[in-house]
Amino acid sequence: MRKSSIFLVFIGACSLALGLAFLDAHLQAAGDLPYLRQEIKVVETLQLTDLCLATEARHTRHPSQADWHSPFQSHPGALDHFPSGGIIQPPETVIKGYEPHRQ
Amino acid sequence: MSHIVNKQRNILDFALSSLLRRKGKNLALVTVYTLVVFALASVMFFTQALKKEATLVLGATPELIVQKLVAGRHDLIPVSYIGKIKKIRGVAGVEPRLWGYYYDPLVRANYTLLVNDKFKLPPQNILVGAGIARVRGAYRGRSINFFSYDGKPLTFRVRGVLSLESELLSADLIMISTADFRRLFGIPEGYATDLTVHVRNHKEVATVAAKIQQFFPDTRPILRDEILRTYKAVFDWRSGIVIVVLAGALLAFLIFAWDKAAGLSAEERREIGILKAIGWETSDVLQLKFWEGLTVSLTAFLVGTILAYVHVFWAAAPLFATVIKGWSTLYPNFRLTPFLSFYQIAILFFFTVVPYTVATIIPSWRAATIDPDQVMRT
Repeated sequence: MRKSSIFLVFIGACSLALGLAFLDAHLQAAGDLPYLRQEIKVVETLQLTDLCLATEARHTRHPSQADWHSPFQSHPGALDHFPSGGIIQPPETVIKGYEPHRQ
Repeated sequence: MSHIVNKQRNILDFALSSLLRRKGKNLALVTVYTLVVFALASVMFFTQALKKEATLVLGATPELIVQKLVAGRHDLIPVSYIGKIKKIRGVAGVEPRLWGYYYDPLVRANYTLLVNDKFKLPPQNILVGAGIARVRGAYRGRSINFFSYDGKPLTFRVRGVLSLESELLSADLIMISTADFRRLFGIPEGYATDLTVHVRNHKEVATVAAKIQQFFPDTRPILRDEILRTYKAVFDWRSGIVIVVLAGALLAFLIFAWDKAAGLSAEERREIGILKAIGWETSDVLQLKFWEGLTVSLTAFLVGTILAYVHVFWAAAPLFATVIKGWSTLYPNFRLTPFLSFYQIAILFFFTVVPYTVATIIPSWRAATIDPDQVMRT
């Protein structure tokens, strides 16, 4: 068998696997719809505001609710030292600066 | 047509033989390249799926939350604020929320305690999230002890465990009655953690928020749109680990590109010289180098992307879970709903395959346009 044939079969198989990943994503998303609806219901009923991704600090447990000093604990010059703080970006309002809701 | 196909297949055959001659070097190259694509694709799939799920699920969050701030910190809000807020035109209702955190030294975990009047819980009965049930063994019928604000032990009976399917939202939740919550934390009557405001017309939410802040300058209104925007930005490409991974991948690409653009090895230059001497056109040499580059980059792209899909959506992203868990001992077991789009794949393809293939061709073009005699002598 020619080397190019083996390579083309390999690329074809990989492309097929990628196509199957799309199909799998579609099927899983369709299958997860009842769970997503249940999650929406939980948020609505319990009036939740955040995903429970990291529970180690309040600014990573509730990024949208924590006050803007919480990543620095009680020390104004301290850096956020929680590992999960390293992946969660501060809310948009913090990045853009404090802008009160004024008319 | 078949002549063109045959010619390209012959060049591809030659390109593969050429790559196999330097088997060790090229295998290492493909492995590293695959890992770079895998890291990039994993971050992309994970953040996109999280963003999508957050946007979908948190669309049902309260449309306006009012917190009180004291010295820059979230403080208890007097329930007396409700009366004045209710009088604002457009406000349909205001409800106090009671929630807070409890650090359990026994398992070194933080819990989120929440009161919800829709769950009529008898005194000293609680509902717990699946994460708490797992780390504390707090299943239905078991008892769990907490220490109140004044150090007194309080025993609660676990009435049930919140559904496993909503673990992404409720892994660390404890539903508790109002009286128990106030007793546990010593929060006096007349105070709440924050207020939720229901506005009749969605377009008026910002106006209502502005009026609340006008009446109560010590408050911080949080709009639902802001919460959704927060989650869109939280896993943005600029955020912590994403930028670290991107920077690492970018540096790896720079090394690849530098290695290629800095020039070909003496062996590769001699090979080009011989090919030209035996009658290959410059365009043929370029096509050969194009196929060599494409073979490496396409293999790395396809294998890396498929591995990333399996890592994120089948194996629940174990590499990222370590970072998200951080120092916490309580974390949700969740599987993300896959959201895969052609746009994501196209972006990934453009940023991984194209630069490498182009970087391979340019130095070869320079070598291929020089006189073969000169190339072979240098």
